[in-house]
Amino acid sequence: MQDFDYAAPISTHEAVQLLADPGHKAVVLAGGTDILVLLRERRRRATLVVDVKKIAELNELAMTADGGLFLGAAVPCSRIYREAAITEKYAALVDATKIIGGWQIQSRATVGGNLCNASPAADSIPPLAIYDAVAEIAGPNGRRQMPVADFCSGVGKNVMARGDLLVAIILPPIEARSGAAFQRFIPRNEMDIAVASAASLVELDDQGIICKARIVLGAVATTAVRASHAEEALVGQPPSDELFAQAGALAERSARPIDDMRGTIEYRKHLCGVLTRRTLAIAVERAQSKTQ
Amino acid sequence: MSDISPISYSDKTFKVIGTRPVRHDGADKVTGRALYGADVQLPGALHGKVLRSPHAHARIKLIDTSIAEKIEGVYAVATGKDWPDLVDKIADLGEGAVHLKDLSENCLAVDKVLYKGHAIAAVAARDVHIAEAAIAAIRVDYELLPAVTSVLDAMKPGAPILHPGLKTETLGQPSQGPTNIDRHVHFETGDIAAGFAAADLILEREFETATVHQGYIEPQVSTALWNEDGQLKIWTSTQGSFTARHQTAELLQLPISKVTVTPCEIGGGFGGKIAVYLEPVAAILSRKSGRAVKMTMQRDEVFEGTGPTPASFIRVKLGATKDGKLTAGQAYLAYESGAFPGGVIGPGTMCIFSCVELPNAVVDGYDVCVNKPKTQAYRAPGATQAAFAFESTFNELAEQLQIDPIAIRRINGVKEGSRRVDGPVYPRIGYLECLEAAQNSSHWNSPLEGPNQGRGIAAGYWFNIGLKSSVSASVNPDGTVNLLEGSTDIGGTRTSIAMQLAETLGIPAADVLPKVVDTDSIGYTDVTGGSRTTFATGMAAHKVGLKLLEQLTARAAFLWDCDPAEVKVDGDLYRWRDQQLTFKQLAEKLPSAGDPVVGHASVSPEGPTNGFGVHIVDVEVDPDTAKVKILRYTAIQDAGKAIHPSYVEGQMQGGAVQGIGWALNEEYFYGDDHKMRNASLLDYRIPTCLDVPMIDTIIVEVPNPNHPFGVRGVGETPIVPPPGAIADAIFQATGVRATRLPISPPRLWKAMSQLAK
Amino acid sequence: MAKKKLISAKINGEPREFACEPRQSLLEVLRDSLQLTGAKEGCNNGNCGACTVLLNGEPVVSCLVLALEAEGAEIETVEGIAAGGQLQPLQQCFLEGAALQCGVCTPGFLMTAKALLDRVPHPSEAEIRFQLAGNLCRCTGYDKIVRAVQAAAEGTNP
Repeated sequence: MQDFDYAAPISTHEAVQLLADPGHKAVVLAGGTDILVLLRERRRRATLVVDVKKIAELNELAMTADGGLFLGAAVPCSRIYREAAITEKYAALVDATKIIGGWQIQSRATVGGNLCNASPAADSIPPLAIYDAVAEIAGPNGRRQMPVADFCSGVGKNVMARGDLLVAIILPPIEARSGAAFQRFIPRNEMDIAVASAASLVELDDQGIICKARIVLGAVATTAVRASHAEEALVGQPPSDELFAQAGALAERSARPIDDMRGTIEYRKHLCGVLTRRTLAIAVERAQSKTQ
Repeated sequence: MSDISPISYSDKTFKVIGTRPVRHDGADKVTGRALYGADVQLPGALHGKVLRSPHAHARIKLIDTSIAEKIEGVYAVATGKDWPDLVDKIADLGEGAVHLKDLSENCLAVDKVLYKGHAIAAVAARDVHIAEAAIAAIRVDYELLPAVTSVLDAMKPGAPILHPGLKTETLGQPSQGPTNIDRHVHFETGDIAAGFAAADLILEREFETATVHQGYIEPQVSTALWNEDGQLKIWTSTQGSFTARHQTAELLQLPISKVTVTPCEIGGGFGGKIAVYLEPVAAILSRKSGRAVKMTMQRDEVFEGTGPTPASFIRVKLGATKDGKLTAGQAYLAYESGAFPGGVIGPGTMCIFSCVELPNAVVDGYDVCVNKPKTQAYRAPGATQAAFAFESTFNELAEQLQIDPIAIRRINGVKEGSRRVDGPVYPRIGYLECLEAAQNSSHWNSPLEGPNQGRGIAAGYWFNIGLKSSVSASVNPDGTVNLLEGSTDIGGTRTSIAMQLAETLGIPAADVLPKVVDTDSIGYTDVTGGSRTTFATGMAAHKVGLKLLEQLTARAAFLWDCDPAEVKVDGDLYRWRDQQLTFKQLAEKLPSAGDPVVGHASVSPEGPTNGFGVHIVDVEVDPDTAKVKILRYTAIQDAGKAIHPSYVEGQMQGGAVQGIGWALNEEYFYGDDHKMRNASLLDYRIPTCLDVPMIDTIIVEVPNPNHPFGVRGVGETPIVPPPGAIADAIFQATGVRATRLPISPPRLWKAMSQLAK
Repeated sequence: MAKKKLISAKINGEPREFACEPRQSLLEVLRDSLQLTGAKEGCNNGNCGACTVLLNGEPVVSCLVLALEAEGAEIETVEGIAAGGQLQPLQQCFLEGAALQCGVCTPGFLMTAKALLDRVPHPSEAEIRFQLAGNLCRCTGYDKIVRAVQAAAEGTNP
């Protein structure tokens, strides 16, 4: 392992100062399940590791006053999926947190870190995106918020500048008659990187007609991509298997995957269709179970 | 000496054999106390690290270690220049042989690197982090050379040549070079043309398999201490302490008596921990630094720097009459040997038709160098590739002839007296019994339960070897027996060997106290490999037991002042007239009954023990994604006699799951730059427990006539049938006959899509 | 080089202090400084589970935890689960059920399985397989491991 210093600030302000210090090349340590591997394999360089787990607000996991969710950037996956209220409201996020790595990884890995790493195959990003989640960032010039959908700017790249720290991810409240789901395709059944993934959210009106749809695909472009054509095709329609299949076919057209050891372009596009169809079916079922 | 004739146990009921005692080393292993190679911590030990080639093929123009040497905390640096002059000599490793010069250059390259991950230099430093920094500070200038990483490409005229001096050896005769083919194996029997002419149906199919790794969970690790008195001590994770000693002594040109190898607990091997990698390098670093040096591989080094099993191309042609009798078989096998000559084409060619009687056959095999790590033994080395090709073609033949797959195997199956294509005639074997057990199994007789499901079957064979083993035993006054052995224990063999001594002496398994000792403390013993340990070292344990019995009888006679011939032994009871002593009572009296009771025994059984297995698998294939789910699995195998049935089942289950991984997902994935892309346990997908169901086992016992208890080796056969069985099940589920391993989702999906068109 | 720091943690119920460099993993310190070599290094990047220990009751791969992060934490390793000379039921069931061959993955499996049974006393086979999927075993094919965990949960012989 390369040589570095370690600091564990207890306030966001202090952390931002450390991260902004020009005397250091600082990296953030939250769950450590990616950054420690990158540092050990010398794929990232650092002279200072800033452990943010001692900062209270980054550890906060709570429903907000308006019924949304405040998800501190250092909260591990296992805390998220153990909360019944979160499973009830943000099922797609829970779907993802349950399958990021094995249990040992979930004890440490954070959704915040998953977002900051900006891997195209990140499991938590498509769910965050369908919920219109917002990233709260603290920086040397104060705080700002931005949609999670705009947070990643490329493979392993995000919009954060030197000194910026992701504080939390805020999920807006969801509509009562909505449901969502996330699925990924992997060759094994756990401990694997998505070949393709899809998160779908649907909202039903009083008549059970789809009045809003969100579909976001993972691992099929440099960042998570929204399947807008598929979304449009769903709105105003009663849910049906045929409709989901049609949406799946449209979703395939939004994917811009590459050929690599995990899959071919052709196969990944095909998987987008399958996963869109399947997640829509679960999302609608979940929405319907709430309306009954 | 072996004037004591073995007892025939064929009609005897056993007291110990066939029971399931807790293993002797169990408590240490569930409490974290067992000392594996990485747990050896010598005072003042340095940590060594290896610099590895980033290129698949290059000439080394310069290695500059000057900056690394100056780093604070660095004590020694080694390169290929540190090898003594090595003559071109062959060392037998037990499960294969190796050219010493090649072996040295594989441990530290001399003028060329032949694969990404090839070791170039090594550093010993105060801690591992400093050693890593020093490695990063070594400068190497390369002249890049074109590389080749596929067996068929490497055989083409004009392919990049790895070894300019290499000649193809055919029937002992060298060819004109240059070539990457180091060996051409050929055998034939009968009249192949007449055989195919007599066939009603002829099928010819081509298969490819990928490079796969043994995947043991413990990376290679060795500690060396080159003492001031010239004695070299090595603690290492090895399948064979004596072969590690032999290789290390030869590479360093030391008398063998100057090297002591202490085998540590070993975290898996499967054939991959026979050749040395770190031992001689740690020794050189120790000599240079005057300190003990410990070297541990990281996981990417294990994948890229140690031997996997070869990728292969195989063509099989079978002819049969319409009632399913095979008339002819022809096979062409090309196996990668990796960066150096000496792959496993031999056993591949010998196994391909090993389950069937074939009157007319021709087999050609080629061993081919490519820019990948030197291949090594992996559980039935070379047999799984061959069985996948043969069993798949055979299953298709059965389907086209509309003959049940078990029936066609029974029609053609080998039995006592059958002659294998490469010559040997089988003694008593249990293949037909395995087929019968498969036929009668609840698995075979229950229906599949849903759509997209299929059931497949395949057989497998492995020779199982004898080689040499030694043990020592001494009777303690409390009625226990110390048993020293040279066989490293990878999966519970201490217990299976101890049980054979316990059975011989009529005492409980727990009263035999087995210990695996170093190369100074026991007679020569070959590797734990080749499915030989329970068989051969168990034979030695039985033999030493007979020697102890003879002495015990003499001591009892001494105590009773009678003729030893009059002492009757029945189990643990020694009797003369109305006198009797149990083993324990007799042991208590030994201190006053003359010489201590100790014995040594060694064996070198010849010929294979011939292990056959049949596997049945049910799969479900997701019609949308082509992902294969293993629903149910049954492994059937002739164990001869299962000494400890739990560990026999464990070998069958573990081998089956490795075979499932090989069939479905495991492969070295190479980019166009000839570099491995997936050198981690995340991307090299060995099965997790969520990927497999319970593995049912049926142990068939057709006693091996050449073992006192009837034991056959069991460790390797179970990896042989799975790919063929799974490919068959996938065909039944989807209509796709997969001919390339792994049958990964993208590949199967493509084939399913094409079939649908 | 970054300075060593002094860390206090409770390890297997005992308060321990150790000095470590920031770059040292918890696994490295447990094994090399505290001589607790039960946790094994199989991959050093979180993919095999052989180094699993419990950190404040949660299973973690100790190769992906900095030793410094253990400040004030409670750590449980395989060396600590047998109390008073008695094997813990999982250990006993692993032995009786022959759930290990080479044994190098065993400490990790035991720790994850313990964490599971601490939370879910009677898990289904599917739950066991799901929660143990972060631990790789190459020898056993998992059959006897899963059965040993079931036996420990049900208080029966495997």
